[in-house]
Amino acid sequence: MSKHVLTSTIAAVTLLALAGLAVAQSAGIPLQSLRGAGVDEQVAVQDNFRLDEKRFVRSYRQQPPLVPHSIDQYQIDLSANQCLGCHDWANAGNRGAPTLSMTHYLDRDNNQLDRVSGTRWFCNQCHVPQADAPELIGNTFQSSSER
Amino acid sequence: MAEPSSNATKPGPIRRFWNFLARPSAVFSLGLLTIGGFIVGIGFWGSFHWALEMTNTEKFCISCHEMKENVYAEYQGTAHQNNPSGVRATCPDCHVPKEWGPKIIRKIQASKELYGHFITGSIETPEKFRDERLYLASRVWRAMKATDSRECRNCHSFDFMDFTIQASRAGKAHQTAIDDGATCIDCHQGIAHDLPEGYLERYREIAAEFD
Repeated sequence: MSKHVLTSTIAAVTLLALAGLAVAQSAGIPLQSLRGAGVDEQVAVQDNFRLDEKRFVRSYRQQPPLVPHSIDQYQIDLSANQCLGCHDWANAGNRGAPTLSMTHYLDRDNNQLDRVSGTRWFCNQCHVPQADAPELIGNTFQSSSER
Repeated sequence: MAEPSSNATKPGPIRRFWNFLARPSAVFSLGLLTIGGFIVGIGFWGSFHWALEMTNTEKFCISCHEMKENVYAEYQGTAHQNNPSGVRATCPDCHVPKEWGPKIIRKIQASKELYGHFITGSIETPEKFRDERLYLASRVWRAMKATDSRECRNCHSFDFMDFTIQASRAGKAHQTAIDDGATCIDCHQGIAHDLPEGYLERYREIAAEFD
């Protein structure tokens, strides 16, 4: 006991005093955190755009809008149209999806319908998924907005 | 009890069988009966389990033409049959519970399917199957809704989903689903099979039963 314990106690006390001094000094310097804001501040999380780019601009005014997501597994046939599960006017609000153009609720005689017109049933006849891919056949097409 | 006394001389077959079971063994040793019973028990449980698993394979499911030509054909090319990693969910993975109790209950319910196949032929043609599809699908939807999509969650768990790797629409929708307490089947109907006409309206009716 005695001498050895005494030495360690003195060493510990000195170390504590030094640490306390260091903390007291750093308190004056503003906090620099990696998130760039104090811990009590809300930092908005950036939107995640992975696999899902924002919508392309139309190449010409009458172009049917492109689909900014994959539609590989969606059923569009005689019995069901899964696109309407989000894009029909009755569902679009809840699902945060754009509503079909109101022209799609007109039948061939211009009667207003509550459900999508049979003539507009097959979405992918006009609307295709967008892809930033090289054209299959070289062409000189220019968007009308660029001319 | 109320039977005529003439029966008392010769008991009925159930009574005689019970008497046979209740009589102590006079021929076999206790060792043979206990150890032998144990070994036979292992054999019985093994074969029972083997039969249970044998009927729990895709191969067994599509041994009936109803399954092979309708639901199995539609399942081809869907995300659970064809995907980047090559991991597959086969028929029983989604349609038979993994826990023992619910699994046995489902297996017993499946005897009705045998009745439909062998006796009534309720879905024996593509036309009959098409007419029954909404009913059949609604049964699966109701089961999924009742169990919080238990069979989906054998593999898919919200806890381990990385929304930042998902497509942004999917990530947002899944976060909303957690916040709203939604279950998988609320959005993902018809992921492996074709949907019948009026599926969304029917599903909403079923979902309303649980509100």
